[in-house]
Amino acid sequence: MIRAAFALFLAVLAAPAHAIDIQEVTSPNGIKAWLVEDHSIPFTALKLDFQGGASLDAPDHRGAINMMTATLEEGAGKLGSTEYARALEDLGAKVNFDVSDDTLGVSMQALTENRDETADLLALALAQPRFEDRAMERVRAQIQAIIRSEANDPQSIAAKEMARQAWGDHPYGSSVNGTADSIAALTRKDLVAAKNRVLARDRVVIGAAGDITAQELGELVDRILGGLPEKGTAALPAQAELQLTGGVTTIDWDSPQTVVSFAGPGLPIDDPDYFAAYVANHILGGGGFSSRLMEEIREKRGLTYGIGTGLATGIYGQTWQGGMAGSNATTGQAIDLIRQEWDRMAKDGVSDQELADAKTYLTGEYPLRFDGNGKIASILSGMQLVGFPVDYVNTRNDKVEAVTAADVQRVSQRLLHSDGLRFVLVGRPEGIEATESAQID
Amino acid sequence: MRQPALTVALPLLLSLTAPAAQAQMPEDVTHFTLPNGLETIVIEDHRAPVVVQMVWYRIGAADEQPGKSGIAHYLEHLMFKGTDTLEPGEFSKTVTANGGSDNAFTSYDYTAYFQRIAADRLPLVMEMEADRMANLQIGEDDWQAERQVVLEERAQRIDSNPRALFAEERDAVQFYNHPYGRPIIGWRQEMEGLTRQDAIDWYDAHYAPDDAVLILAGDVTPEKARELAEKYYGDIPAKGDIAARLRPQEPVQNSPRRIEMHDPRVAQPTFTRSYLATERNPGDQKPAAALTILAELLGGSMQTSVLGRELALPGKALWVNARYDGLSVDPTTFMLSMVPADDIDPDQAEKLLDQALTGFLADGPDADDLARVKTRIRAAQIYSRDSAHGRAYDYGQGLSTGLSVEDVNDWPDILAEITAEDIRDAAEKLLNSKATVSGWLLPAEQTATPAAIQSEVQK
Repeated sequence: MIRAAFALFLAVLAAPAHAIDIQEVTSPNGIKAWLVEDHSIPFTALKLDFQGGASLDAPDHRGAINMMTATLEEGAGKLGSTEYARALEDLGAKVNFDVSDDTLGVSMQALTENRDETADLLALALAQPRFEDRAMERVRAQIQAIIRSEANDPQSIAAKEMARQAWGDHPYGSSVNGTADSIAALTRKDLVAAKNRVLARDRVVIGAAGDITAQELGELVDRILGGLPEKGTAALPAQAELQLTGGVTTIDWDSPQTVVSFAGPGLPIDDPDYFAAYVANHILGGGGFSSRLMEEIREKRGLTYGIGTGLATGIYGQTWQGGMAGSNATTGQAIDLIRQEWDRMAKDGVSDQELADAKTYLTGEYPLRFDGNGKIASILSGMQLVGFPVDYVNTRNDKVEAVTAADVQRVSQRLLHSDGLRFVLVGRPEGIEATESAQID
Repeated sequence: MRQPALTVALPLLLSLTAPAAQAQMPEDVTHFTLPNGLETIVIEDHRAPVVVQMVWYRIGAADEQPGKSGIAHYLEHLMFKGTDTLEPGEFSKTVTANGGSDNAFTSYDYTAYFQRIAADRLPLVMEMEADRMANLQIGEDDWQAERQVVLEERAQRIDSNPRALFAEERDAVQFYNHPYGRPIIGWRQEMEGLTRQDAIDWYDAHYAPDDAVLILAGDVTPEKARELAEKYYGDIPAKGDIAARLRPQEPVQNSPRRIEMHDPRVAQPTFTRSYLATERNPGDQKPAAALTILAELLGGSMQTSVLGRELALPGKALWVNARYDGLSVDPTTFMLSMVPADDIDPDQAEKLLDQALTGFLADGPDADDLARVKTRIRAAQIYSRDSAHGRAYDYGQGLSTGLSVEDVNDWPDILAEITAEDIRDAAEKLLNSKATVSGWLLPAEQTATPAAIQSEVQK
């Protein structure tokens, strides 16, 4: 009975996806923004992404952009830390700053009744952050504590070693937090320089959703960005060259489990085979309980609580990677299975049923992402960050549908080779020989 | 939880009613009960063609018998292992193949299952969820592998994480008698002994429509929801005679307790103090509302809260926090935590914290601080309407911890009416309580040998 119902529902899938209406807005000062207008709830969500993010750190000041970002909320203009935070609370507004390898993200949620006042506070933080000594020392101490904690966390240790091996001296090869030494050396002048490298009008992309018109959004954007310089002082990051080699690196860590991280070459989001790889990844390890790796390693054998893979499509460099944690005693067995499944994708391809199921999921899941102003604003700025056209949301599912089994096998043969996979193991794994070992620094 | 990727952020301050509509049902929320006792809530949000189905069973880890810790969570895993008509794993695969996602989670007071899927696929997931409410099958091949999975889950989430190990022992010390002192995932040696029969007994005793709450949130009308609920769940027989949830209660606690744990994986000393605290009770939520606002005032923001201003801004602490969630069947905990700055030793840090608390008790809440917290509550009510999924949690948690729909609807107004005097009373009672556990989680002692570290990690 259930299976009959299932077949019936599959037939319904041919119905057209819910179209999403994105307006392209240009502000009076010429800044572009994308908008999904919806007046049903009296607030607006706004997301600004400044391209380059922490990868724009000056070479000898690693961690400066991250520390600068964390200090943006600690007072601006005439307002100290507490006064600034109180002013936002008085408005019932939310402002958040966050930085990663590819972007410095700023998100704002403002009630319609005081949207302009919220925008003015955000503008103040972007243009006139105080970077006071006391606030800087506090943020510096927090970052130092995070660096120490990450040095004691097996997931972070594995991620850091993998990044180092993959990307070497490119900013992707080290933590956005910097090191204990680089953070200790940062001065107020360095934070100001870091801000000027990344926060500028020539590298911002903007998404908005909610209770605001196109004209109001244009004015709001100018209000927020008016105090920023026109151009950033640093050129956008160079493409990184993948330096990863196949093999096994172990890092000794006293724990009942081994953290397993693995990575091989990936592909950029504008690669002609990107969607084929996206479908392949879903079947291999991206699809949760529907994936081959989850089936073999968790469901059949109980060797882990969870395993997953993903296409890490950084703007400046890409890998195809995955991770799990499991008992030390069975780590070797799990790795054999990962390698086996990695090669099986290239050798045997995928079945018609797997391909059909993957497409149904990937096309069905996509419209579900657009169910809230905050989510929509982030998606809109993220699309611009990676260079997608505005009609992407309404054509993306066609690109998934067009993928054939031959496409999946071709891209798997190109990218999935178990002898090119690097494993980084943090724990006391058994049943596997290391080709290299690394020390915790 | 069943799947590591899932994180569910629960809004601290929830909220559903329109500002002037005290005790009235929000116009986009509908509540009805099927003849077999299945209580159903429908939350409409037609902005996107998405719907969430959740089924909350009013049964959780605190209902387990001593010696069988972990059975509620283990059964949650086994609920994905098939029915009379579904193969093991077919539930999730079918959801995924239809573009949806699904998961489940277990707490002390409830076990919940949910799917998020395109609105036109709602009948499919309702049919499958109803099926496993009545027809679960646990195959001989599956139960042992799945027990290994929950043991790996424990290894990953608890045993590999000193903060989680510390919290587990702190809770065990906090509760002398109540099962909230046992870990939800279970003590390892008891998990190892759980059997297929234990799981079947648990399922047979507790999974029934009259001990569950169905929530449908998103792009669905109440008329359609009722039709589908009747069609798929209506024929499942009620269990009847649902017993009141009478767990062993705490005696009066007269001894403040102290614990200290060292672990080589800890980089930064952390202090926590938990206080036994009242919960939200049906028709009587004011004490919990005062504690909710007290937590915001004491530690809600690093820049503006009392502990933030007294400890974090002057550089005495790196982080401070106060946390309280009143959604609980029985008395719960109010938690303060602090990571002291590097040059502040533990004794000094605790003194500074106590000074700040004493100062707050003497001065009472600042009127402007209180006004700001209330502004944030009002704003949170508006922002919360952006997520039908989040609102489904509010009702699900409320109804499965003994509150009525009216209690959930009333909550924002009760928060808004809390006065400075209410907060002062709540703070005096809480902060002078002896029912506390103060604990330090510290890096390895310098003298620790590798062997000692090993045994410490594995306890």
